[in-house]
Amino acid sequence: MQMTAEEREVNKVAAKSGANREIFLPPERERVKDGGKPHVSAKNFSIFYGNFEAVKKVNADILSKYVTAIIGPSGCGKSTFLRAINRMNDLIPSCYTTGTLMFDGEDVYGRYTDEVQLRKKIGMVFQKPNPFPKSIFDNIAYGPRLHGVKDKKMLEEVVEKSLRKAALWDEVKDRLDRNALGLSGGQQQRLCVARTLAVEPEILLLDEPTSALDPKATAKIEDLIEELRGSYTILIVTHNMQQASRVSDYTMFYYEGDLVEYAPTKQLFTNPRDQVTEDYITGRFS
Amino acid sequence: MDLGTRKILDRSFTAVGVTSILLMAMALLVVIVPIFSNGIGAIFFKGTIEHRKLQYNEFRKGNPDVLQQQITETDSYRNNAFSIVEAFEAEMEGMEPGEKKKEYASQYTSVRKILAHLLGPLPGDMEPILLRYQYGATRWEKAEEALHELMFVTKWDYSDPTKMATQYFVPRADEFAGTALADLFPYMENNLEKMLLPEQTFYWGFITERSLDAHIFGGIWAEIQGTFFLAVGAMLFAFPLGVIAAIYFTEYAKDNFFTSILRSANSTLAGVPSIVFGLFGLAFFINTMKVSESKSVLAGSLTLAIMILPTIIRAAEEAILAVPKTYKEASLGLGSTKWRTIVTVILPAALPGIITGGIISLGRAAGETAPIIFTAAVSVGATIGLADVFNSPTPALSWNIYNLASEHEAANEIRHVQYGMVLALISIVLLLNLSAILLRARISQKLKG
Ligand SMILES: Nc1ncnc2c1ncn2[C@@H]1O[C@H](COP(=O)(O)OP(=O)(O)O)[C@@H](O)[C@H]1O
Ligand SMILES: [Mg+2]
Repeated sequence: MQMTAEEREVNKVAAKSGANREIFLPPERERVKDGGKPHVSAKNFSIFYGNFEAVKKVNADILSKYVTAIIGPSGCGKSTFLRAINRMNDLIPSCYTTGTLMFDGEDVYGRYTDEVQLRKKIGMVFQKPNPFPKSIFDNIAYGPRLHGVKDKKMLEEVVEKSLRKAALWDEVKDRLDRNALGLSGGQQQRLCVARTLAVEPEILLLDEPTSALDPKATAKIEDLIEELRGSYTILIVTHNMQQASRVSDYTMFYYEGDLVEYAPTKQLFTNPRDQVTEDYITGRFS
Repeated sequence: MDLGTRKILDRSFTAVGVTSILLMAMALLVVIVPIFSNGIGAIFFKGTIEHRKLQYNEFRKGNPDVLQQQITETDSYRNNAFSIVEAFEAEMEGMEPGEKKKEYASQYTSVRKILAHLLGPLPGDMEPILLRYQYGATRWEKAEEALHELMFVTKWDYSDPTKMATQYFVPRADEFAGTALADLFPYMENNLEKMLLPEQTFYWGFITERSLDAHIFGGIWAEIQGTFFLAVGAMLFAFPLGVIAAIYFTEYAKDNFFTSILRSANSTLAGVPSIVFGLFGLAFFINTMKVSESKSVLAGSLTLAIMILPTIIRAAEEAILAVPKTYKEASLGLGSTKWRTIVTVILPAALPGIITGGIISLGRAAGETAPIIFTAAVSVGATIGLADVFNSPTPALSWNIYNLASEHEAANEIRHVQYGMVLALISIVLLLNLSAILLRARISQKLKG
């Protein structure tokens, strides 16, 4: 594939910040401003559960402000990789990593890395909506309060802003004091997105965010991702290939712990380089 | 299995289940009904003028004018009885010394005793020291029993050696036939009500007043308060400690040998008989640690705390483990520290379970007898103040129920007090459990939204 002038420029910047693969920008109409720098880079990065290597020696850069999808059959290590980025796997005692994973130029698994500080910059939305059993307001304000915002007025502003970004404001603005568990599944998931946005993260990790939702709610979440694209780096795990092709600029295909192929989405779906990828996207196995 | 068999199996299991539940409910009724009906008698009963005199003299309760008027009224009937007694005494004076006179004298002593039991000290009696002899029958049903004793001499029939002796009654009037005292018996039978003026009484003081003369009279406030101090004291130690331990076990402890030892120690502790805790409390808190010179509320509370600790830990652990993991992930994902996550997300969500465990343990602490025998309880004691908890023992319901029923010198006379205490204790425990259920429901409701 031929590199454009702009892509060569981006690759120069990327190489300086430690990128280890060539970067191809998505087609012109989908470009985002100031994007395309390596935001998360993995070098020989492996993740183990005890002796079992769930993610094997991954080398990849995730580009800032673009949407990257992670696809692959169930159990191939998608969640494991995603959860490694904000060190959610720390909760599993048997889990450890080798190689390096850099986020924003900082070693995620470095000896002096404070995972609490790190997580403030990384927002995560889970497969099943998981609002706290608190009011809608308190759910959104949880993060800001955590980080020291006490002023009522400021909190109100953050709550409104986040809910607007998550396209939920109009639906809940009259019942902010109601328990969040009273919302529908789709609304709960958007609330979780809003709760994450309230902390003003740089990157959003979404782990199959629509698998528990009906088609209508799914469409809303996809619209939301489209809205947020360009403002945040977004990494979305999905088992739904249509979804990956709809919402993402880049796609990673994992198979049995290996990152088999990583390319611009269009390219991966129309012209896969690897036979396994082709078999997978043509539905020969799942 | 075909449909028919399955249906028959289902039905028969339903039948067995319903039957066993009904049986349990009946067993419960058999226990609860007598406790309730007897226990409530400590508060609702027919109280005589003697009860009202006592209430006025000891607690300044009641209307003195009405009381004075009633005393005058009853005295007029009592005086007639006393005149008969006087006349008989004079008659005895003039009798020839001999078997007959001795017989009369001994019988007459019983009569006087019973009369004093009914009406209080008789003219010519010495001023009694014990409160129980200063008043007559305060409860009408006791007065009726005494009246029966006055009217009849109880005798035993041993004539048939193959059978147990049978009881029979001989009218006392026959024994005194021909003497002046013979008139006393019909007079007492006909006028006892006028001498005692029984009234339906609602004796709320049973709960709020201290006991008088070792529970012969008065209420059980000292016991209720003692139970309260002990149980709440135990909670003050055990609840925070238990919740902290549960947090440690669920959130911090690594899966290693040390932790598994701690866990099994905790389970074992939950199964230790309570008397062992009592002895431990005596040996450790009083003899070794010397938290107090001898029995004290403090030592008892600490002992009870050790006893209920495993239950609280277990309940809190289960409640914490039942909190969905996703809450924790969500909180940590937002950049919260572990400790903050525990305090702001996990504990609030686990609260219903933790509180339920706590209140059930509170009920257990209130009800246990063995741990406080050697560490805190005294059978009869004064009401203590809050400042005394560090070095004073206290009466408590659980221990006094046992004590009054088995060791009290007049155990038979005060059944109503024993049952009243049982009812009070059961009510306290039930109330605690009920409030646990309500609180739990309220908090879960709030969490669900
Ligand atoms: N906590 C765990 N302990 C041990 N193995 C795990 C754990 N979680 C996941 N695994 C294993 O790691 C592999 C990848 O899992 P996961 O990342 O959840 O897959 P995916 O999200 O792609 O479906 C699977 O084989 C799974 O069995
Ligand atoms: Mg997964």
